[in-house]
Amino acid sequence: MSLGLDSCVVLLTQCVFFLLGWMFFVRHLFRDYELRHYGVQIVFGLNFTLSCTMFELIIFEIVDYLDKASRYFHWYLSLYLMLFMVIILIPFYLVYFFLSNSRHFPAHWVRPLSFGVWLAYIGLFWKLGDPFPIHNPKHGMLSVETCVSRVGVIGVTIMALLSGFGAVNYPYTSMAIFMRSVTHSHIQHIERKLQQTMDMITTKKKRILMAEREAERQKRQAQHEQGGGWWDRMKKLSTYTPPGSLENIPLLRQDVSALEELSRHLFVELQDLQTMRERNEWSRTWQGQYFNFLGYFFSMYCIWKIFISTVNIVFDRVGRVDPITKGMEIAVHWFGLNIDVVFWSQHISFGLVGAIVVTSIRGLLLTMTRFFTWISSPKSSNFIVLLLSQIMGMYFISMVILMRMNMPVQYRTIITEVLGDLQFNFYHRWFDVMFLVSALCTIGILSLLHKREFEPN
Amino acid sequence: MSTTTLDRVRILVLGDSGVGKSSLVHLMAYGQPLQQISYTIGAAIEVKLHEYKEGTPTQRTFWIEFCDVGGTHAHRNVRHVFYANTHGIILVHDLSNKKSQGNLTNWLREFMDRESGNAKLRESTWEDQSGSSDHLDTIDVNIPLLVVGTKQDVASETHALPLHQKRSFIAEEYLTEEIQLNCQDERSVMAGSSASNKLCRFFDKVIDKQFYRRDVKAASERRRL
Repeated sequence: MSLGLDSCVVLLTQCVFFLLGWMFFVRHLFRDYELRHYGVQIVFGLNFTLSCTMFELIIFEIVDYLDKASRYFHWYLSLYLMLFMVIILIPFYLVYFFLSNSRHFPAHWVRPLSFGVWLAYIGLFWKLGDPFPIHNPKHGMLSVETCVSRVGVIGVTIMALLSGFGAVNYPYTSMAIFMRSVTHSHIQHIERKLQQTMDMITTKKKRILMAEREAERQKRQAQHEQGGGWWDRMKKLSTYTPPGSLENIPLLRQDVSALEELSRHLFVELQDLQTMRERNEWSRTWQGQYFNFLGYFFSMYCIWKIFISTVNIVFDRVGRVDPITKGMEIAVHWFGLNIDVVFWSQHISFGLVGAIVVTSIRGLLLTMTRFFTWISSPKSSNFIVLLLSQIMGMYFISMVILMRMNMPVQYRTIITEVLGDLQFNFYHRWFDVMFLVSALCTIGILSLLHKREFEPN
Repeated sequence: MSTTTLDRVRILVLGDSGVGKSSLVHLMAYGQPLQQISYTIGAAIEVKLHEYKEGTPTQRTFWIEFCDVGGTHAHRNVRHVFYANTHGIILVHDLSNKKSQGNLTNWLREFMDRESGNAKLRESTWEDQSGSSDHLDTIDVNIPLLVVGTKQDVASETHALPLHQKRSFIAEEYLTEEIQLNCQDERSVMAGSSASNKLCRFFDKVIDKQFYRRDVKAASERRRL
């Protein structure tokens, strides 16, 4: 039976994906932490596997690899499992972890409380669809389309925010004209200041400790002397206590906290300078120069994309033809090339979709790793990994929705059929809006930071 | 007794972010657990008066300065500022997280490489995590070390074996003393407890090395600690 055979093939590839996801998790994401909850790792691996399966099925659709019926079957299976994980399993797990990590609730309350919060989350999730024009009265409450439409909104938002930020940030970090030159002597100067501050903190802390000890000693002596006879009182008169041993302890403490704050400022400034110097050195290498060159192209692309998004929104324009077919049209009509459209469109689609999928997965995983190392702590590492799995699931589902636009009409059928009758144009419009917002915000923030760096000079 | 008449030794406290270095240093310096826990940016300094060879005729008071260096990854290119002029190192790991123990070798290597100002060198000590404990030659260390495992209360909830039976790899490697304690419990460093004795011995060793053993420095260099 061909379904069985095809299923074996798909299952094999799924095992490969699961292994890849597992290795990524252990080697890169969870590098500094010991794994105790295997459930978290399994959830992450399953999410990754299902996402990769969906992309793989798209590619199979383009090259027409497996039997059509089995493709559809696996599509439905992956989609249902994915939706189950993203809407039901992971949020429940998240709430459970959050509540059990915070110390406010006693242990036996955690489970029913997390169930209650999860129900509230489901209610919110439903309400999410109201302000957007995605509700189709034909579909019921619990159908796949309603779920996918809502998940799609969230996913597309995340995608657009990330692309907007990435498109602006990449030229800024790799192009040399934005980098400031930092001299070695400047860094040494700040280092010396930091060391002096640390020495001052040490001296003041020693003085505080000595003063406290002295105060203790005098207090004990005073207690002693209260019960003494006339001989002890004579002794007290003749002993000479050197003055000036009483220091103003609260004033010293204030000084110390001010100095500690200063040392932190100096440290952060030193770190900024050192990072800038390392970037300068890197930009002088071959790799740096290559990235700098690419940066110019990328900034062009970024400006063009912002312009096109604005045009799309203002003129309410929705592209109907995908870039591949359009490219073919231009090649045939304008350049008069005699090419076999069907053959080439299939291969180019395959190449384009493959490239998009691979770069997106890689980009998302890299971003996740960086975000994770920046923000995680031993207590919250499980929670953050689950959050990342959730985001990854939503991201990949919406990528499938958006990718439909990039494929020629004959390949769009599988996505349209499986995902149902969604308002695909809305998602593109929403992506444009969020991309614009994100890019402009990033430009604003980066220019503020850049100006602040130049001011002290 | 003024501050300038006493000699001082400087002890560095190293370890991954979040293992409990600041709590440990606060406990050692003040005898009380730290209440407000937050991530250390840069470094924090605490001081303590220590009686060298207490109870013997050669008893002297020394200042011990603890330099607790923040362990976040992002700050690794500037940390070397604090490594100068160090007489002893306390390596801290989290008993409930085995990975933090494996990273201690990287911390040691980063400290020994502090002389080189090459950023790439510092990067490479951290990137290759996977076989790092297998094919590494024991680094030549001539500074007294002490290994401390924290969060003993958390770890003993989850492990089956009693922890005091396990010695960490790095303590075996460098033949150092090892302490396991709970930084939130002030009884851990009460006078007379085993942790407190080991700490006193370590401080004495550091002071010894710095002030009393200058002439036998050649002998200690021959011996790989």
